[in-house]
Amino acid sequence: MKAARLYVAQRLTAALMAPLVIGHLAVMFYATSNGLSAADILGRTSGSVGWALFYGVFAVAVAVHAAIGLRAISIEWAGASEQAADGLMLISGSVLALLGLRAVAAVVFPGAL
Amino acid sequence: MTASSGTDPLEVLVWRGKSDGRYQRFEVPRRDNQTVLDVVTFIQRECDPTVSYRFACRVGMCGSCGMTVNGRPRWTCRTHVSTVADDNQLQIGPLANLPLIKDLVVDMTRFFEKWQAAGGTFVPTKSRHDEIAMLRPSEPARVSADAAVECINCGVCFAACDTVRWNEDYLGPAALNRSWTLVNDTRDGGQAGRLQALAAHGGCTACHSHQSCAEHCPKGLNPTRSIAGLKRRTMAAYLKGEISR
Repeated sequence: MKAARLYVAQRLTAALMAPLVIGHLAVMFYATSNGLSAADILGRTSGSVGWALFYGVFAVAVAVHAAIGLRAISIEWAGASEQAADGLMLISGSVLALLGLRAVAAVVFPGAL
Repeated sequence: MTASSGTDPLEVLVWRGKSDGRYQRFEVPRRDNQTVLDVVTFIQRECDPTVSYRFACRVGMCGSCGMTVNGRPRWTCRTHVSTVADDNQLQIGPLANLPLIKDLVVDMTRFFEKWQAAGGTFVPTKSRHDEIAMLRPSEPARVSADAAVECINCGVCFAACDTVRWNEDYLGPAALNRSWTLVNDTRDGGQAGRLQALAAHGGCTACHSHQSCAEHCPKGLNPTRSIAGLKRRTMAAYLKGEISR
């Protein structure tokens, strides 16, 4: 029952992202209003398990959520077959997860990448 | 009907032929309380008897007179010309999202096949020898079913739905709305198979909640709300393992 599985995955990741987006906006607001430099921010995120989990979960949720959405768009707007749409979903999800987790790693383990 | 004095005749464009056809212009006298169906009937009887269209009851019960009027799908027997005419002009075409047979007549086969695919058939659990089932109108399930049960299958929601246009496997708002009435019918014994069908590709999870169905439904129903209920029900069934994964 792939349709139900994808639906559940997209809704659960949406539920996850909602508080994470608010948290992210709050962090951005705090960082900019307090004039934190890149070094200040990296000083807080380096080696932080909490920030790694926060943005790691965020990046994975975005990758899953967006890839499922792109699958539906490719079927409905581009007339893609289910197989082609599944392929696009896997590739786009993998790329998004890779880029997102790489960015998380860059701020949690600066200098390691 | 009586003729309205001092009113210019309606300029009516009617779709003729199949999908490669064109609009044909007719002039129709204005009448008091004139419906769009009256206009089409006048054209067929007085201007061109080869115009094909479909109607039956003329009072908003049978659901057979759906057409596209000035760009919007409508039931034509209950649509007054005075409410839709744009500068005394009407453009009348067939319903969208269904194969065109001729002029204003579409093939509804696919529409009703989707009804069956969505588990729209009542599955009885009792025989005529059993006691008549007691249904309390105030029970939450019955309230949900009653809110959706007045569908007349006119196809207006199907023609208005973006997802139907984009995804040929999508069951569509009418079929899903019908299934919602049965999902809430405590007498029905076909829930497992129905939920399985509703959770499959093209089922209720394909709906994007654009709400065109609710916007256009001539009966004032809200199929989007019914489909949202089906999403909750199928999601719960999936998480509980009641439908196959």
